[in-house]
Amino acid sequence: MQPTDVTDPEYFHKVVDCQWACPAHTPVPEYIRLIAQRRYADAFMLNWESNVFPGILGRTCDRPCEPACRRSRVEEKPVAICRLKRVAADYKGDVSARLPKGPFPRNGKRVALIGSGPASLTVARDLLPLGYTCVMFEKDPKAGGLMRTNIPSFRLPTDVLDEEVNRVLDMGVETRFGEAVTSLRALLGQGFDAVFIGTGAPRGKDLNLPGREEAAANIHIGTDFLKSVAFGHIDRIGRRVVVIGGGNTAMDCCRTALRLGAESVTVTVRSPRADMKASPWEIEDTEREGIPILDNHAPKRFVLENGRLVAVEFEKMRAEYEPNGRRRLIPTGEPPVVIPCDDVLMAIGQENAFPWIERDIGLEFDDKGLPIVDARTYQSTLPGVFFGGDAAWGPENIIWAVAHGHQAAISIDLWCRGEPLSNRPRPTTSLVSQKMGIHEWSYDNDVALTRRVPVPHADLDTALKSLKVEAELGYDDQLALKEAARCLNCDVQTVFTRDLCIECDGCVDICPVDAINFTQNAEETVLRERLRVPARNLEQDLYVSPPLKTGRVMVKDEDVCLHCGLCAERCPTGAWDMQKFTYGAAHATCSKVPAHVA
Amino acid sequence: MTHIAKPKFHHPALPVNALGLTRRDYEGVVSTLCAGCGHDSVTAAIIEACFELDLPAHRVAKVSGIGCSSKTTNYFLNRAHGFNSVHGRMPSVATGANLANRDLVYIGVSGDGDTASIGLGQFCHAIRRRLNMVYICENNGTYGLTKGQFSATNDKESKSRKGVDNLYQPIDLCTMAIELGAGFVARSFSGDKRQLVPLIKAAIRYRGFAFIDVISPCVTFNNHAASTKSYDWVREHNAALDSLDIVPARETIEADYAEGTSLDVDLHDGSRIRLHKLAADYDPTDRAAVLPELARRKARGEIPTGLLAIDLDQQEDLHDLIRSHPAPLNSLTQAELCPGSEALAKINAAHR
Repeated sequence: MQPTDVTDPEYFHKVVDCQWACPAHTPVPEYIRLIAQRRYADAFMLNWESNVFPGILGRTCDRPCEPACRRSRVEEKPVAICRLKRVAADYKGDVSARLPKGPFPRNGKRVALIGSGPASLTVARDLLPLGYTCVMFEKDPKAGGLMRTNIPSFRLPTDVLDEEVNRVLDMGVETRFGEAVTSLRALLGQGFDAVFIGTGAPRGKDLNLPGREEAAANIHIGTDFLKSVAFGHIDRIGRRVVVIGGGNTAMDCCRTALRLGAESVTVTVRSPRADMKASPWEIEDTEREGIPILDNHAPKRFVLENGRLVAVEFEKMRAEYEPNGRRRLIPTGEPPVVIPCDDVLMAIGQENAFPWIERDIGLEFDDKGLPIVDARTYQSTLPGVFFGGDAAWGPENIIWAVAHGHQAAISIDLWCRGEPLSNRPRPTTSLVSQKMGIHEWSYDNDVALTRRVPVPHADLDTALKSLKVEAELGYDDQLALKEAARCLNCDVQTVFTRDLCIECDGCVDICPVDAINFTQNAEETVLRERLRVPARNLEQDLYVSPPLKTGRVMVKDEDVCLHCGLCAERCPTGAWDMQKFTYGAAHATCSKVPAHVA
Repeated sequence: MTHIAKPKFHHPALPVNALGLTRRDYEGVVSTLCAGCGHDSVTAAIIEACFELDLPAHRVAKVSGIGCSSKTTNYFLNRAHGFNSVHGRMPSVATGANLANRDLVYIGVSGDGDTASIGLGQFCHAIRRRLNMVYICENNGTYGLTKGQFSATNDKESKSRKGVDNLYQPIDLCTMAIELGAGFVARSFSGDKRQLVPLIKAAIRYRGFAFIDVISPCVTFNNHAASTKSYDWVREHNAALDSLDIVPARETIEADYAEGTSLDVDLHDGSRIRLHKLAADYDPTDRAAVLPELARRKARGEIPTGLLAIDLDQQEDLHDLIRSHPAPLNSLTQAELCPGSEALAKINAAHR
């Protein structure tokens, strides 16, 4: 193999599994260390710079970082990254003095932002300090998009939502709320320099089964139901409720129904439980509240008596998997299952809807009805019109919308300055030794063996009484400290200097996870098998040195490195050093807003 | 030294041996030696050898004297028995322990000071007694714990770190051991575990006195350009005479080697060493020939390593020589220990 080029900003970035997996590339280990030092405001600012909504995401993020967490490769469970983020937001105190404050000197450019969800808000936050006039259109009376309408307040309290949304709006967004955009053509005629469309995937899917029309009064689309609850239009529901669907919306629907006074709520899912789309922790929370989840139940018809919905009939299914992984659901032939109910909530997915975009203005759509959007620049086929969030490629989650917003803001800025959209700013990186003494480091390199700390919940009696009681209490400072100690500090990199190595094997012997090898070089597939423990996790790179004096090379399997620094402590010559790698994803504002200095 | 404990986490795919243990289960506490010390690699090699031989740690006794080397018994097999004895007196303690319980595996770790100076007599007589043990000398040519004076094994031409000449001739522990009739004599290098681990395994399996002289550089005092026990010097002058495979009992050897290039050595316990000759003219079983050959190679500036000498005919130990009871003393009952009044009367009668 060729020697590893550690000057490539993405090499060490990839070693920081959580940051690499985060669409917004939030510097996770750094903010976890700040939390451990009780520097909550600093931890919050670091988050705010990269993901804009630490308090919201700390409660609702889909956490792509956690399955990626290296800890889960040496132990059962990853670090509770998401809930630590919430700690930063909960305990930050007053950070207003540290936020960029408008009014900013205007650059004369006007940008229309359609929709007020996380994508649009991110674009606004990134563009306002550069002097753009951001005009935000929202059909609802308040900003927040699906964060407000689809996430129940017992998961995301309204005051947390308002605080984070207003933090952006208060930077000087021009708001046109309660005003639906009905024609893109008309909007384009208003002379905006650029348009960003972040209208989400607002339309809940329906299921046309026998009885659907007749029972319409008691069958509700999940997303519409949640929105009506959020705006106070619905405050009660039938005694017995059946929820159809196995995603996070279904979990939110059933828990909301319980809080609206339903006596029995049943979730039914077509597929086997293992294939459910809902996040494992959402399923866990649902079951904690005593709601049964019946898998392999495919709805067949709505049963009516005297013109009124009385039950749903299901067919029992089983899954078969073809060799290519494709799943087929096959009826088992068992007698149908009839579940009596008064109301049905249908949460079987969402889709995009753009009835307000004329199809003859040069903005092309694919055969699924999705706009054709460039994956790098987020520009549509109509120059100057950009997409992001769920509106671009269908339903994802908040953190993706934020990442899209950052990229779209970069594009909009380039577009308005007349620069090619390919001229994108590079990430900023640094790599600094953490050595403080002979065997002292600026980080706590003693690997904690503690198991994941469960997040305390409000007791069920209180929680189920009201939509306003937050179900999760979050960590207090002590629990947060305990959980923070589990972080392996993957951003503190093991950096190897060939010319200093005397090949004493000290690092090989001390490495607790047998990651370090000195061996003859070979092509990657051969080399991976030649190591002390074969490197079979192909998603993780090998760090290969140039040839050493003996002709061998140093090969380190990055896979389960604990970043404990023992290689560097055992190295007599300093050939190994622990160096903190920072990676700042590029933002439109990166040259204007100073990067966080820890 | 390192201030933190080595994390308990290990690689999820770490192999396990017949006892269901990983290599990590054979570790001791974290070493307090200087970073880069060769001794830590010897420790790692002992761990690897015990792991590969499926040794239960509680059937092993670690013995040592005084010195950097002698500290290392604390760094491996923390579930084993251990005795850290007086300077140079490890062979006596090992002899006593072995007489009391012949069923344990005895691993002695010593250094060039502990063996070639204060303990030289003890070393010689342990060899003469054919004590069934593995005696590893971690040889760095210097007194590291007392800040780098020359030891008795330092080559005459090897200067101190500050350029001071060495006045005295070195003791070659291997040729001395061969001369004294040690059954198994090997030399290796801490930086070459591929050679060292099989040697330690063979030494553990060998019945009788098995000596391994491991050149183990002292990074602090004797790893400089004018030293003959530095990493670089040993790598440049290392001349491996052979390499070993250890074949457990009941397993047949499949590989086929050209005539005259390999040699099978049957061990007392039914296992077998397969020796691959790297130097065609060197035969470790020919005791009369090895000493002059080693002298010739030394004169050429080589450091001959590998299995230097092995006695195939007399794989017997102290217990065979003195015809002691075949069972460990702690397993004997009163009936076996007390011969009874009739026997006492007989003995008394012999003195009348």
